[in-house]
Amino acid sequence: MFDVGPFLLDTVLFVVFPYVSLVLFLIVSIRRYRSESFTYSSLSSQFLENKHHFWGLVPFHYGIIVVLLGHVVAFLVPREILWWNSHPARLYILEGSAFMAALLSMVGLVSIIIRRITDRKVRMVTSVADWVIFGNFIVQILSGLSVAIFHSWGSSWFASLAVPYLWSLVTLTPDITYVTAMPWMVKLHIVSAYTMIAFAPFTRLVHILVVPNPYLWRKPQVVRWYGIRRKPKGSVAEPGAFADAAN
Amino acid sequence: MNVRSQISMVFHLDKCIGCHTCSIACKNIWTDRKGTEYMWWNNVETKPGTGFPTKWEDQEKYRGGWELRDGKLVLKSTSKAKTVTNIFHNPSMPSMDDYYEPWTYKYDELFNAPEGSDQPTARPVSMVTGEYINVESGPNWDDDLGGSRIYAESDPNLKGLSEEQRQQLSAVERLVLFYFPRICNHCLNPSCVASCPSGALYKRGEDGIVLIDQKRCRGWRACVAACPYKKTFYNWSTGKSEKCVLCYPRLETGQAPACFHSCVGRIRYLGVLLYDADRLEEVAKLPDEQLIDGQRSLILDPHDPEVIAAARKNNIHDSVIESAQNSPVYKFVKEWKIALPPHIEYRTLPMLFYVPPMSPVMANRNDDTVSSVSDEFFHDIEQARVPLQFLANLFGAGHQGKLVYALKKQKAVRVYRRAKTVGDIPMKTAEAILREADCTVEEAERIYELTSLCTFEERFVIPPMHREEAIEMMKDPQEHKTAVGFGFMEPPERGL
Repeated sequence: MFDVGPFLLDTVLFVVFPYVSLVLFLIVSIRRYRSESFTYSSLSSQFLENKHHFWGLVPFHYGIIVVLLGHVVAFLVPREILWWNSHPARLYILEGSAFMAALLSMVGLVSIIIRRITDRKVRMVTSVADWVIFGNFIVQILSGLSVAIFHSWGSSWFASLAVPYLWSLVTLTPDITYVTAMPWMVKLHIVSAYTMIAFAPFTRLVHILVVPNPYLWRKPQVVRWYGIRRKPKGSVAEPGAFADAAN
Repeated sequence: MNVRSQISMVFHLDKCIGCHTCSIACKNIWTDRKGTEYMWWNNVETKPGTGFPTKWEDQEKYRGGWELRDGKLVLKSTSKAKTVTNIFHNPSMPSMDDYYEPWTYKYDELFNAPEGSDQPTARPVSMVTGEYINVESGPNWDDDLGGSRIYAESDPNLKGLSEEQRQQLSAVERLVLFYFPRICNHCLNPSCVASCPSGALYKRGEDGIVLIDQKRCRGWRACVAACPYKKTFYNWSTGKSEKCVLCYPRLETGQAPACFHSCVGRIRYLGVLLYDADRLEEVAKLPDEQLIDGQRSLILDPHDPEVIAAARKNNIHDSVIESAQNSPVYKFVKEWKIALPPHIEYRTLPMLFYVPPMSPVMANRNDDTVSSVSDEFFHDIEQARVPLQFLANLFGAGHQGKLVYALKKQKAVRVYRRAKTVGDIPMKTAEAILREADCTVEEAERIYELTSLCTFEERFVIPPMHREEAIEMMKDPQEHKTAVGFGFMEPPERGL
């Protein structure tokens, strides 16, 4: 019979699952963008409830973005993080601000969930997938917070232990030696993250992929023409603010 | 000169009877879907009144349109920096409470109610939640409520009116109202387009119709906040914004838009205007009192050989130029100057123009009551029952000059026609009044004809849209013919 010992389970969770979730993420998000671009956004409910909205959405998003960026930065420059943490005062600043950001996102998430339950109109646009995302985020943020409390100092050991594991996945030479020895709360945090990556392209989370950065450099007005031939020649370079977008 | 063509509109308010047929025609075609029940791409407001959404003209509250800041044209509601910081919560976004919660009635309860001594009733239920609701507001909630303390007195256009004028508007014996039908203005400098973070809104180059690309819209809601006329709407079910499409599928097949076609009072006119796109920015930055003249100067004379040559150079089809030459809108706006843009101080350069309404005639004030005996047949427009400043706030960016000109000319045409057909006013007097109103006899006849005798073809001069050329860009027309109708396969539904 199969040996369903802890080693095989670890392989499944920390080698197979991340690859499966990443492949799923890439295939589904590209396929959905190409064939169902109409659905490629979040479903804003601000129109249905405009006051409580602010107190949930704003803290949640700012908190989660800071936390996520922190993980990415540590993943990219682990040495510099360790150097920064070599001084206790700097370590406390980093850990403290990361913890505050996570707390902010948790407060925002709780506020969002309360709003989704209590407002009768917002309830109408809340789907099962939304609840799965909320559950996933609760597990993710709570496990992250408790790791920060009970397994200090996370920013340092993330840089020295977790980052090599993640890079081993990236370079297709998976090495789970460090991960298998980690406390179960850390494992939960990692697995929950993979779950979110796998599930994201099916849900409203795809809105992250279409953040409107082109707005920052496009001209204000957009004009579309039938085709190149009908577009006025000689006036392609538009005066001032008025730009012609390509078809 | 960078000549472009724009489908433009004139609404003759003196002919509007406030029947809402236009709104119903539009609703039945476009906004009877889930999530759009509350939208009225075409609506008819009572003025003075608060409108839809409530007090939409109060830009202190809604922050729509453009403003001049240090000589620069900037959006009131958003900017590049604000798009980043406000992306999670749009502070200028109106909510459903500013419109109304759409409802229907439980009609089946009329049939299924158990037998009893009471008459069965159909109770209202929300079209959002399906629950019973108390209907507390609606899309034309202040319909005909001119003079009301709650609605008419909250009209933002009452700004600058004296206390006496305000009281006059709400005194029972003298209160007066007129109707103000509204659709998207398909502006030359649309703030909705400029605000869209996704670049989903665009102006069609060939006819100037402003549309929202449903596949590119990501529901950031910036257009809803940025449109000062509140004519982009958020579909809460699909998470996309929608707006008046000027019935472009009808226009492309040579039919008038549904609201135009169904208009009972025949108040609506539609035609092409040629304009100079090179000067848009310059005009949009003019001081308030010069905006109307500035916008008129953008509109080019379609008979001018120089304009025709420049239009041809810009690939504007000869048939479109010919259509522009017959455009009723050109006559009202540019030749006769009796149609004015609504709230041009928002600087979006709206391309829907209104012929301002004449107040009721044959009435005189007599010891605080209105008597129908008048010493003068048509009273002076200065004594109009709707204060001129109120109309000027709506159609003149607060300045009365252009408005008085338009009303005087309308009145002169009436006097002239009265002299001609009834004869109780001497023709000499009528001609003097015409001269004073900067109007010739020929012009008066033409205004009269296009106002009173106009046929369907005179009101709607629809240019050929040449969509066939658009298809030739992509593929063989014969091949396209076998495949039309299969462009957008997915239903407008969301997945998980």
